[in-house]
Amino acid sequence: MSRLQVVSGKGGTGKTTVAAALALALATEGKRTLLVEVEGRQGIAQLFETEALPYEERKIAVAPGGGEVHALAIDPELALLDYLQMFYKLGGAGRALNKLGAIDFATTIAPGLRDVLLTGKACEAVRRKDKAGRFVYDYVVMDAPPTGRITRFLNVNDEVAGLAKIGPIHNQAQAVMRVLKSPETAVHLVTLLEEMPVQETADGIAELRAARLPVGRVIVNMVRPQVLDATDLDLVGTVPRSAVAQSLSAAGLGGARRGGNAEKLVDPLLAQAAEYTERYALEEEQRAVLGELGLPLHELPLLAEGMDLAGLYELATELRKQGMS
Amino acid sequence: MTPDPAHAKDAARHRLSPARVLDVDALLDDPTTRIVVCCGSGGVGKTTTAAALGLRAAERGRKVVVLTIDPARRLAQSMGIDSLDNVPRRVKGTEDRGASRSDSVEGGGGSRAGGELHAMMLDMKRTFDEVVEAHADPERAAAILANPFYQSLSAGFAGTQEYMAMEKLGQLRARDEWDLIVVDTPPSRSALDFLDAPKRLGSFLDGRLIRLLTAPAKLGGRAGMAFLNVGMSIMTGTLGKLLGGQLLKDVQTFVAAMDTTFGGFRTRADATYKLLQAPGTAFLVVAAPERDALREAAYFVERLAAEDMPLVGLVLNRVHGSGADRLSAERALAAAENLEEPRIVDQEGGKAGLRNSPDTDDSSESPASERHSPGADRDIDQLTAGLLRLHADRMQLLSREQRTRDRFTARHPEVAVVEVAALPGDVHDLAGLRDIGDRLAANRPELPETPAEA
Repeated sequence: MSRLQVVSGKGGTGKTTVAAALALALATEGKRTLLVEVEGRQGIAQLFETEALPYEERKIAVAPGGGEVHALAIDPELALLDYLQMFYKLGGAGRALNKLGAIDFATTIAPGLRDVLLTGKACEAVRRKDKAGRFVYDYVVMDAPPTGRITRFLNVNDEVAGLAKIGPIHNQAQAVMRVLKSPETAVHLVTLLEEMPVQETADGIAELRAARLPVGRVIVNMVRPQVLDATDLDLVGTVPRSAVAQSLSAAGLGGARRGGNAEKLVDPLLAQAAEYTERYALEEEQRAVLGELGLPLHELPLLAEGMDLAGLYELATELRKQGMS
Repeated sequence: MTPDPAHAKDAARHRLSPARVLDVDALLDDPTTRIVVCCGSGGVGKTTTAAALGLRAAERGRKVVVLTIDPARRLAQSMGIDSLDNVPRRVKGTEDRGASRSDSVEGGGGSRAGGELHAMMLDMKRTFDEVVEAHADPERAAAILANPFYQSLSAGFAGTQEYMAMEKLGQLRARDEWDLIVVDTPPSRSALDFLDAPKRLGSFLDGRLIRLLTAPAKLGGRAGMAFLNVGMSIMTGTLGKLLGGQLLKDVQTFVAAMDTTFGGFRTRADATYKLLQAPGTAFLVVAAPERDALREAAYFVERLAAEDMPLVGLVLNRVHGSGADRLSAERALAAAENLEEPRIVDQEGGKAGLRNSPDTDDSSESPASERHSPGADRDIDQLTAGLLRLHADRMQLLSREQRTRDRFTARHPEVAVVEVAALPGDVHDLAGLRDIGDRLAANRPELPETPAEA
């Protein structure tokens, strides 16, 4: 199991949720994981129902069996100051630079510097050891940028190493790249069973592979339960209305005769079933597309009660059951 | 602004709480509406909404251009804009559907014509290149385009896409060939990027730091600048160490070239910003009835207000309804369980015929007589149970969506809302867009006193 688990996905597919659930799943039974946020959205804090995360690692959840999930929201500007501090012992000069806007400038405009700092911080956490020489975190899970930008984001170090041909940034970029392109890293993509996210997932995988970044698994999120089985689906189009009306009536929902309460339910219920059938067919199409990607597939259920902390634990359990941790 | 909890709770009992309703056709028909900006978080259907609004406006007689950022491939193909050439293309297959106008003939060629739909997909790098080419002499432009720093920047570091979308909007507006521009916004990391990025990029490229980096000599002579100069040399030194000397030099030459060729990015960014605030611009926040999307939407509403950006309403996509909403989830589930335990019913009821409720025994239209095969009955009962479970799911979804929505309206009762019913599949042709357009405009619920004006 790779120690750096990067979770990406199209916007709206729930990649933050999946990343959090994965961090919980990996922490189960006494492990320590670090969940890293890189886009400053405070999605992790919202998910774990805690206050906004500072730029500081802190414990945010206890996993079943005693494990711990820690979280860190990386702020690129503070990361750069950290970094300058570490290499140059800048002290006050660092603050002066910040005042002048240099830090802001460097992290926003200097090509990829922001991304180098973000991935660099995550890689540092992966490699960090305690005094006894053990890894501080068993796993680091990164809630990464969306599929459309993930390859550039992870590969930016290569780009920077090319641009900044010497100097500490160059070295840093190369060190980070060594981790990211090794089996120590796995990049997972979260999708829904819808055309656009699936297409984007396929494109994203092709890009990652072209950049020789290690692709992990595909996680299909928010999968609706199968309510109607194959027999039902066959029957939906052909069943006589009156038979359904009778059945509804037998279930205690009123009269089956024309105008009866049960009879009045038939059309809307069949209309909902027709929508379900259409949607189901589309989902099957997308499943087939995903099947052709040649990657392990996982499916997480749509939670009927919406997403909350309890739901997160539910998804973590599901991921464990499916052998993702 | 503070929500009234009692009121919100009460409203939750109705399908539609008394939010103001957005009249989409009035907005699109108003000739003073010149720009419609669709914004919102990722995955809520911004692009589809923008395209559907554009098509509807065109078919109602306006000359429209839709600027999309990242359309689904099949949607782009169906609009004929899948070739990335960064110029608007006329979309074929639009119809004149003059709608409410009395002098129009639906589908007829002789209606008040003139409606046209053009569409384009933003090519961010190309747009950036064009800006450079338009403002620099060829030699200098070539130098900029070849600069590695420029190449990285233009290929899409944080903010570039947002900036270029706004740049393109400015260009389209300046050409004055269309009387309505509908803009999709980039799938930002957060709602704020889209408003902030142009300003940030503009101020960086035109800012104090850049001047320090590029023109130390100019500053040297001035009194009071000595300190800055010292700071500057520390800084260039540090940045040089950090980034490597070559990169810093690339940055300096790049910025110098940019600086002398066009009169400041900030000016352009400011102009775009003012364009967005101007009358004639209408912001639509797009969301889905989900917690995260609506939270982001609320955030956006507040931000637009703070920036004096004219918000006209919220488009709530993918809202579910039910034709059988009088049957509650609980009753549907109970009924389904009834059907799934037929043995108990059979034993108690004896003959199968008695399973039907009393008012079904009229045998002239005799549904009962069709139930001869017990096997078929079981299948049908099973299907019916499935239908009821499906309905229970739908009702639960409905009430969850309603709660989420009501929380938004309680917080922002001033925002007009239009709901778009969910479709089972994806939209990837003009007919689908037209359907969405109809759904956008059909949102005139049973609330009499909600005149929606822009």
